Amino acid sequence: MTDTASRPLLEVRGLRTAFATRNGLVRAVDGVDLDVRQGECLGIVGESGSGKSVTFASVMGLVRSPGYIEGGSIRFEGRELTGLAPSEMRLLRGRDIAMTMQDALTALNPALTVGEQLTEVLHAHDGTLPRERRARRIAVRERAVEMMRLVGIPSPETRLGNYPHEFSGGMRQRIMIAIALACRPKLLIADEPTTALDVTIQAQVLDLIADIRQELGMSVVLITHDLGVVAEHCDRVMVMYAGQVVETGTTRQVIADPRHPYTQGLLNSIPRLSMRGRRIRPIDGQVPELIDLPAQCRFFGRCAVRLEPCKAEIAMRAMAEGRMVRCVRAGEGEP
Amino acid sequence: MSAAADNAGGAAAVSDRRESPFLRNLGNFAGNRMALAAAAVVGIFVVLAVFAPLIAPQDPNETDLFRRLQPPVWMAGGDWAYPLGCDGLGRDILSRIIYGARVSIFIGAAVILLATTVGIMAGLAAGYLRGWVDVAISRLVDILLGFPYLIFAIGLMAMMGPGLQNIIIALAYKEWVIPCRVVRGETLAAREIEYVEAARALGASRGHIMLREIMPNILSPVIVVSTIRMAHVIILEASLSFLGLGVQPPTASWGSMVADGRAFILEAWWVSTFPGLAILLLVLSINVASQGLRDAFDPRFHE
Amino acid sequence: MPMGKLVERLLQLVPVLLGVSVIVFLMMALTPGDPVEIMIGDQNVTAQEESLLRQDLGLDLPLHERFATFLGNAVTGNFGLSFYHRRPVMDVIAERLPATVELSLVALLLALVTAIPLGVLAAVRKNTILDRLATVGSLLGVSLPGFWFGILLLMLFAVHLHVLPVSGRIGFSSEVQPITHFLLIDTLIQGRFDAFLDALSHVVLPAITLGLPMTAILMRVTRTSMLEVMRSDYVVFAEAKGLSRHRILFRHALKNALIPTVSVAAIETGSLLGGNMIVETVFGWPGLGRLVVESIFLRNYPLVQAAVLLYALTYVMLNFVADILYTTLNPRVKL
Repeated sequence: MTDTASRPLLEVRGLRTAFATRNGLVRAVDGVDLDVRQGECLGIVGESGSGKSVTFASVMGLVRSPGYIEGGSIRFEGRELTGLAPSEMRLLRGRDIAMTMQDALTALNPALTVGEQLTEVLHAHDGTLPRERRARRIAVRERAVEMMRLVGIPSPETRLGNYPHEFSGGMRQRIMIAIALACRPKLLIADEPTTALDVTIQAQVLDLIADIRQELGMSVVLITHDLGVVAEHCDRVMVMYAGQVVETGTTRQVIADPRHPYTQGLLNSIPRLSMRGRRIRPIDGQVPELIDLPAQCRFFGRCAVRLEPCKAEIAMRAMAEGRMVRCVRAGEGEP
Repeated sequence: MSAAADNAGGAAAVSDRRESPFLRNLGNFAGNRMALAAAAVVGIFVVLAVFAPLIAPQDPNETDLFRRLQPPVWMAGGDWAYPLGCDGLGRDILSRIIYGARVSIFIGAAVILLATTVGIMAGLAAGYLRGWVDVAISRLVDILLGFPYLIFAIGLMAMMGPGLQNIIIALAYKEWVIPCRVVRGETLAAREIEYVEAARALGASRGHIMLREIMPNILSPVIVVSTIRMAHVIILEASLSFLGLGVQPPTASWGSMVADGRAFILEAWWVSTFPGLAILLLVLSINVASQGLRDAFDPRFHE
Repeated sequence: MPMGKLVERLLQLVPVLLGVSVIVFLMMALTPGDPVEIMIGDQNVTAQEESLLRQDLGLDLPLHERFATFLGNAVTGNFGLSFYHRRPVMDVIAERLPATVELSLVALLLALVTAIPLGVLAAVRKNTILDRLATVGSLLGVSLPGFWFGILLLMLFAVHLHVLPVSGRIGFSSEVQPITHFLLIDTLIQGRFDAFLDALSHVVLPAITLGLPMTAILMRVTRTSMLEVMRSDYVVFAEAKGLSRHRILFRHALKNALIPTVSVAAIETGSLLGGNMIVETVFGWPGLGRLVVESIFLRNYPLVQAAVLLYALTYVMLNFVADILYTTLNPRVKL
């Protein structure tokens, strides 16, 4: 059966993205497979350098020299994206796939009003707008106000003329979300949406995304290093390390029963009330250099339970439907 | 997105051996072929300047009215003994250019040396001692910066009269503010760093700290800036000479040679062209070489 | 920019202006030799005129009193008599000033019109032939001695090709009524297109010569600034919105990229003042610069002094304007 309901919205297979630097080739994304299904929220967890952001920059076609997509396939709604001409990719961006960035202050152009940055995406993509210039402008403005209201900006009509620095951090993030969602995309990629915000604002922004997701039936990818965010908002989770995916599964599966030593380490290093009286155990060591990586498990140097077989290339092992782990120990102590 | 590339940079820094950053930067400079070639050209000019009496085919000041406005060797009436032709008084242009190198390089070097020395001392004092010393020096710098370069030099030359010594003083008078500013900025940054604190804790005198601790570390940017300024100074000296305010005849200066040739642009284009070409070549080479130096020493260029 | 801040910044200028005046005064006062004798030179003066001159110049008074007089006079625009012209210095200067200003403005315009498009192009087509050529060009631009380049241009266009005139501001046959004293404007206002073309042909070569170093610098600044802006987050976000290249370049990037260009232009305009002397001498342009050079040789010190002061004050004001421009245009710089 190949009806659209069961086919994943986004299918990535064997994606490899590299950067040609002075010191050598950096394989930021090295063989990543992932699926994003209709209406689901996928969480991508990893630290800096894990390749999580580059993966989705590749999906959007935003990787710039000296970076390039080395190989692999990216299919959106069944359509192959890797060979697309830039002009066609541009039609997809902002309209079908949208992205928000970590720091709303730098992502918004300080020299343009918020209104302009919002309306320009409508002008660029929305075919439902009237053709005639004046009517078009009015319609676009109405839509802009509507979007601002949707994300919870008070008195949007007047605030369209303000500049980004005239808003608070949380507001700016909302505006960025409004811009991303203006054309009702099918997939929203939110790159670290909460990292630059206070805890209270974080919750508001995430709830906003969840609400809109439900309302529009949109799929969301939440890229974050914060497992707490994932636990609360994501259906499935994918853990990345040093350019590879090391564990995937439903949120419940991964959080309650992490199988990869890295995931276990991550969870252990989060302070929780239940751990009161015990010491927090951070993961020893550092992320390896991404140039000329040896053909073995990339977590080898930091793994507390490493074995001989870990010195070879490790593939993802399926433990159950949709549950995969890149570790030789996967499958131990199972049902 | 750039985290991956950052990671790669970290790798390089960690795996480097412990060598003097100065030497490593110098090594980088050597790897830049254009810059090296330019530096070689500058070297050639320096050699010309130093060994002028041995290299120049003729006496630069010997006039010979029979050879007045003789064309260069590849034109009709030219002569291999006077390859670039002769000027309005029959003097060999090539020899005058070679001797002119002495003037340009000597003045350029003298001005830069003088300005850098004064600038370093003033900048160190201002940046490290702060207080009224800093205020006074900074005010002076601001005021001197209030003059467009040539105006100031011309004004001074007008007052002091022309001559080699006066040009050097006139140019250095304004030039020192530039290394001073650089040094002051670097000193302000450096004084907060631990090794200075340590030296202070060990009871080192202020003078000692300024000279022995801070100065070696601020030399790199100063050297880079000074080489860039050298090119500027050479053009300034040539400009002053062109206006007649530079070294006086019969000494050959490229600028005054160009000025001499002005009267003959209709019939003898070579009199003005070749000296100017010399200036262009020297200044261009200095600019390319100093650009290479800056690239080599600039931390931002190393991933 | 708030008025208060502006006034505050202006007041900070006062000590600098004062200092500049002191230096200019000292330059003249400390001239070796008897200034009166130097000024008179070979001319026939009676002993009475000589002592009157001495009194006039206040040479018998102590230094600080002379400075006070000098300052007081300067403020009212009285710089004494130009012995050579037998007219007040200020009159002579005022007569020649428009020519210099006109030349400088044309040079500035040429520089901006050439440098900005070239810089943008070089940045957009980074590392292509165009970019490399532009880099070489800009390197040449700062390495060429202006006086030599001017002579070269003359030799090529005036002497060999007979296309452009050799010197002066306008041909003898054109009699133009001075209204603004800017020939290019006056000729147009009076509908004298022949005279306009004549004036244009006279100003072209000097303006190119004068503006060349500035063009070179502005091109590099624009290129660097543009490259930096193109790498910024808001440009990436604009791309993520799927906007056209055209819109990103001209609406998002250019506005921000031109800020450094504008402020550098303001600063470099000051260096045009110095270059004036050379260019006016080479091209026989009847402006202030050439007047100053001539006056130096004629030992006409009151005029030199007045001109130097004027130049210095203009330069200080230009730097001030550059400062203000930079802070007002840059939306992120907090005052």
